[in-house]
Amino acid sequence: MKPNTPVERLYNGIIKENPTFVLMLGMCPTLAVTTSAMNGLGMGLTTMVILAMSNLIISMLRKIIPDGVRVPAFIVIVATFVTLVEFLLKAYIPSLNASLGIYIPLIVVNCIILGRAEAYASKNGMIASLFDGIGMGLGFTVGLTSIGIVRELIGAGEIFGAQILPASYEPVSIFVMAPGAFFVLATLTAIQNKVKINMAKKGKDVSKIQSGCNSDCASCAAKCGSAKE
Amino acid sequence: MKDLLMIAIGSALVNNVVLSQFLGICPFLGVSKKVETAAGMGGAVIFVITLASLVTSTIDTFILIPLGVTYLQTIVFILVIACLVQFVEMFLKKSMPSLYQALGVYLPLITTNCAVLGVALTNAQNSYNILTSVVNGFAVALGFTISIILLAGIREKIEYNDIAPSLKGSPIVLITAGLMAIAFCGFSGII
Repeated sequence: MKPNTPVERLYNGIIKENPTFVLMLGMCPTLAVTTSAMNGLGMGLTTMVILAMSNLIISMLRKIIPDGVRVPAFIVIVATFVTLVEFLLKAYIPSLNASLGIYIPLIVVNCIILGRAEAYASKNGMIASLFDGIGMGLGFTVGLTSIGIVRELIGAGEIFGAQILPASYEPVSIFVMAPGAFFVLATLTAIQNKVKINMAKKGKDVSKIQSGCNSDCASCAAKCGSAKE
Repeated sequence: MKDLLMIAIGSALVNNVVLSQFLGICPFLGVSKKVETAAGMGGAVIFVITLASLVTSTIDTFILIPLGVTYLQTIVFILVIACLVQFVEMFLKKSMPSLYQALGVYLPLITTNCAVLGVALTNAQNSYNILTSVVNGFAVALGFTISIILLAGIREKIEYNDIAPSLKGSPIVLITAGLMAIAFCGFSGII
């Protein structure tokens, strides 16, 4: 596939560099809002809109923003879109806004958004950046929704609020509570580790796959911090 | 006074910032290999969050609310916090080198810590006054410190255990955190 075409960007975001399953970025919202499939889907789509719009604007302004103040400038752009989206949600989908609560304004500090701005949008053209944002956002949506489905199914026997498992099934309600989030993420990283070990055995390059949230965010934050000086 | 105590206990233990709100997961997992560094990070977080609560709630009370521009909270708070952390770093470097030695390396990590912004926004959403905001901020940070030191203590013991290869690293830490979260659920009866 030719690099930097819209289709390649979408494929890259959803499959190859899926932010939830491969890069393991943005773990705070992933853990917090996936109590149901609907919340996961809502959070994913909200993040996608903000990511696509901020990528587009940052890419437009990439030659104007001076290098020394680029991170604060990115943060202002992202925060503006977060505020706009928060208004729209409050007006049109108040139920989603109520259930996501404080995690909507906290999209500002989501590693994925600043990460894409820094790694892609500040170096590439508008169309490619827009589709990069949409692709990454869709990948994030897929990740959050599938985690939400698993947690809702085990924890309540439902998917999107519809009863799936028979009434005789006793829901393991801890899965929709806080500890369940940690267990689901632990399973996910364990599976990723297993895949990585298998790939390494076959002699494939695994350096592309990040080592889970252990090091990522710390290095991302350190980068943002040092870039400001 | 009783209200303040209730808010403090609620924020530190019952609604623990990491184990039930999922804010600041990254430093919680990243800087918890040793009790010493975990305590250093905890100290830095207490310092920054308490200060940030004071500054953001002062700005909210005296600038944003009188001007009727509370919708700018997210933008203003994140910028103020980013500047504040930089400023604290420079100030400590110049005037308190010993404290800077202890906390310095953790300060840049806190800039994008969602717990700091989370506390500022929670204070504003619950329309806490300045004193309550500072107490709430301190309690949240204390809760973070308690949980990160506990996790670091457990991780130091885990080091010597035989763990299945695919569970090594973050999976076993996440399982530990999940068990801690269950334990912290027990506090919900307090208030």
